[in-house]
Amino acid sequence: MASRASGAGKSRFSRDEARRDSDHVSFLKHRRFRWLWIALVLSGTAVLAYALIDQEPRPNGGTWLGYTLGTIGVLLILWLSLLGVRKRHITTGAWSLKAWTSAHVYLGLSLIVIGTLHTGFQVSWNVHTLAYVLMMVVILSGIWGVIAYATLPAHLSANRREMTRIEMLDALAALDRQLDSAAQPLERAEADLVLATLTQDIFHGGAWGRLTGSYPACATARALKAIGTGDEAHARVHALLDKRREQLAQIRGYLRIKALLEIWLFLHIPATIALIAALIAHVISVFYYW
Amino acid sequence: MSDLYKVAIIGSGPAGLSAAARAAAIGMSHVLIEKTDHLSDTIFKYQKGKHVMATPANLVLRSDLDFDAGKREAILGTWDEQIATGRVNVKLNAEVTKVEGAKGNFAIHLRSGEVVAAEAIVLAIGTQGNPNRLRCPGADSPMIQYQLDDPGEYFDEHITVIGSGDAGIENALGLAADPAQRNVVTILNRSADFARAKAANVALLEEAEREGRIFVRRETTPAEVRDGELLLDTRDGQEAIPCQRIIARTGSQPPRGFVEAMGIEFSSSEPGAFPKLSPVFETTTPGIHVIGALAGYPLIKHCMNQGYDVIEFLNGNADLKPADEPILAEKFNHLPGNRNVDEWLGVFGDNIGILADLSTLQLRELMLDSTAHAYEPGDVIFRRNEPGSSMFAIAEGSVAVEVSPHDPSITVPIEQGSIFGEVGLISGRRRGATVRAAEPVIALELSRTAALKLLATSPGAARAVTAISIERQLLQMFGSGLTREDVAPLVASAEVMQARAGQVIVTEGADDKDIFIIRRGSMIVEKEIGGKPVFLSYLPAGSYFGEMAVIDGSARTATVKAAIKSEVIRLPGDGFLALLDKNPALREKALADMAGRRATNAFIESRKGDFTGAVDLYSETAAFLVDNGIGEATDVLLIDEKLCIGCDNCEKACADSHDGLSRLDREAGRSYAHLHVPTSCRHCEHPHCMADCPPNAIHRGPDGEVFIDETCIGCGNCQRNCPYGVIRMDAKPPKKPSLLQWMLFGAGPGPGEAPYGWRKKEAAKQQMPEAKLAIKCDMCSGIDGGPACVRACPTGAAIRVSPDKFLTFTKLTEDVE
Repeated sequence: MASRASGAGKSRFSRDEARRDSDHVSFLKHRRFRWLWIALVLSGTAVLAYALIDQEPRPNGGTWLGYTLGTIGVLLILWLSLLGVRKRHITTGAWSLKAWTSAHVYLGLSLIVIGTLHTGFQVSWNVHTLAYVLMMVVILSGIWGVIAYATLPAHLSANRREMTRIEMLDALAALDRQLDSAAQPLERAEADLVLATLTQDIFHGGAWGRLTGSYPACATARALKAIGTGDEAHARVHALLDKRREQLAQIRGYLRIKALLEIWLFLHIPATIALIAALIAHVISVFYYW
Repeated sequence: MSDLYKVAIIGSGPAGLSAAARAAAIGMSHVLIEKTDHLSDTIFKYQKGKHVMATPANLVLRSDLDFDAGKREAILGTWDEQIATGRVNVKLNAEVTKVEGAKGNFAIHLRSGEVVAAEAIVLAIGTQGNPNRLRCPGADSPMIQYQLDDPGEYFDEHITVIGSGDAGIENALGLAADPAQRNVVTILNRSADFARAKAANVALLEEAEREGRIFVRRETTPAEVRDGELLLDTRDGQEAIPCQRIIARTGSQPPRGFVEAMGIEFSSSEPGAFPKLSPVFETTTPGIHVIGALAGYPLIKHCMNQGYDVIEFLNGNADLKPADEPILAEKFNHLPGNRNVDEWLGVFGDNIGILADLSTLQLRELMLDSTAHAYEPGDVIFRRNEPGSSMFAIAEGSVAVEVSPHDPSITVPIEQGSIFGEVGLISGRRRGATVRAAEPVIALELSRTAALKLLATSPGAARAVTAISIERQLLQMFGSGLTREDVAPLVASAEVMQARAGQVIVTEGADDKDIFIIRRGSMIVEKEIGGKPVFLSYLPAGSYFGEMAVIDGSARTATVKAAIKSEVIRLPGDGFLALLDKNPALREKALADMAGRRATNAFIESRKGDFTGAVDLYSETAAFLVDNGIGEATDVLLIDEKLCIGCDNCEKACADSHDGLSRLDREAGRSYAHLHVPTSCRHCEHPHCMADCPPNAIHRGPDGEVFIDETCIGCGNCQRNCPYGVIRMDAKPPKKPSLLQWMLFGAGPGPGEAPYGWRKKEAAKQQMPEAKLAIKCDMCSGIDGGPACVRACPTGAAIRVSPDKFLTFTKLTEDVE
């Protein structure tokens, strides 16, 4: 008892208290833009050095400043690409993925300055420029990602209306069971329209439909148009179809936003891998021909 | 009338079975009476294949029956076989309705009309109770059953379910689930809505009703059970419906009434109280003995040992030492003084005031859940701000309480026989002061469960603890200048009040003049501004309120109501004023507190004029959070949905830092204004999950986390008791291939919780135990860096907060992006 009371316990308590009381801000605002400032200082220093230091015969990757900028650039790229490992490797210790993301975004943006200065504004059709272009593709897709992360979550939350993905699918399944029995009194042609809604894959739109939310071949919309509210049985089916349409819209909205939150990664990650491959070729060829 | 047995054992659970087996083994004439058609009904009703645990591991089993951890079927099979070969005289389908007579000749009346005569009775009926029977003509019809084991075994029947609770609804849904069974299922509800059932069950029932799978009859009661039909009392008169089977699920009657009818006294009127027992399990009615869960021992091993012991006692074996003797000896052997178990029990029982009323049996049981400590002078017993819900009692020596956080030399003594640490037990909050031994101390640390059981069984102890805790709370709150004598008149006039969630304690504009201290739970302060209640602040346990009206004589300036089920101490305003007059330092402190609260109120009111939106957002968000249990939380995960990208990295991190199972469900749960309360443990001040844990496996750890230790038996009580649904039952999954193997070679399921199928297959391959145990968030206790869910959030959406820090205007209106 006495031994437990002294030592480690207290510091965890004060750290926990600090956590429970800590500010609640996004990765962009993390620690009052700490990484933005670091990135600005880094880029500012690079610009100043480029402007003030006399490079002979002309600014390019081969001067000592060019090598320095290139080394900083390649180390940054390798470190930035480790975010994917950090995210999945849940080790102990006081790291925070939010801080990593924050640093990833701002230091990644600073590469625009560092990488461009490293080129000395010399571009042509070779592996060096390929590496530069790939880096810019990675950075631009990253900016797309930051914009997606900053704007889409609120829509995702609003669309969810407190339902989980499973609950949305369950709600649809419940509507389908009711539709199945409600369609019994309908005539053959109309009943077939209703049955078509039940058998249609809700993801039938493919990748395009998923990203745009446009499903022109939606059987539910078609059945809704064809089945009126004439008598009690029709009215009931119509009301159920209307509910089904709404439920489908929610599920499709959910899928659309989730897809938009991820689609940029399909460019960002492969471009990163290609960038690292091009970088290796760039570095080896530079030293080979040195 | 049959022969006169030496002993009749009522109830064939582990306790009754073990008693009967012992009686058979020593040749004592006996009869084992069981109301159902099989032995050990409670375990019989466990789900098929359930793994039954044998805790506590250090308790030896003393029984003629074997018992070890294993599957339900294996355990029941062993017992059935051993009862048969041991020639135990069993009477099945025998429900006892009444017991008459006295020691030496009891007459036990059965429902069938038969009467069994016995010299002594052992009651081992557990705490399940009997289902409530229908109260209408024909209630004894064979069509009626009170339980439904397998809804799949009935076909082509008109079945009526009576009862509108979860059990009834679930039975009805089960019977109607498969249309191929062609059952016509009707459910009767006395009232118009299903208020007692879970919302999810009601939704399923209403859906089944819309689809015509179940007939739901509201405001309908059974009038008469006839052959093949049921007469109903409906709102529009009587109506008969065809009916071949009735499933009555109208709740059950706790066994207390039945037990008290035999003249057996309970230790108090509290619902959690147990019968008063002698050291040989004899009740206040001579000749009737109580063992097992009904005596307060819910674990199977305890029950079986008691069954053995009680028969030995009845057989005149007075020297039998209880089976827990070696455990107690081990508990005491580090204490100085070389005393044996009986001597130590004497020291604790005689010296500690609150244990005075306990029998030796109760004292022994209390010891099992408690720890005996010996301290040298100067040893720290606990420190300020440590979590701790145990209560200490001083058997020898005295302690010093460091009342000032800044100066350890200012102390208040607590003398031999008294208690300390009770604030943690009552409020669930951290230790308020550091306590050291002042001289050599022998102290007993009562775990929360043991202490609560003591308070429920011993009214004297409960009164003593209440008085001491009020006095200490006053002294602690108002600083070190006060003495016990100063507050004595206030303590004498104090009154403890229970408040249910939402109950108003102080009404704005009223002119009552009492002052209140929050003893447990928490309160919210609201003020009517522009015709709407606006949330002003959150008051945790240990705060006081109502002082403004007392000090300046004004009307109440705000409404104070309970955020959750709470307890407040009401003190008369006059007494408080008298105390202030005598104590200028206290007066200043009270005035300073008052000024602080005034300033908060004025700030919110001034904001209301300029930024109505912000104040509304603050007020409504705070109210939403309190509605979702944040008021009773100590550390809760919240997700800002303006930042959450739905990557579920929080869940994955949780699984990867805890044996591969996630203890949180990000998507589930309620949201308001983009603030989402996921299904995840709140680490409540008074954890509901702890309420009924047979092996006492749920504790509050050193960092304030509520966790389940390895003695969990997988009974699922905590899961049912948690109002927030954050406890899951699952088997420990097998180890996954490493992250590197996954990244490079795609080995295993990757980061996060493995899919159920993978876990099941891999566990079978590695022959891992399948026992499902309760798992829940442990706040990443022992993991350097703190909660993984927060560390692993890439955007800062996941935060863990405490209500006293988060329910403030600044925090709730912060611009996060």
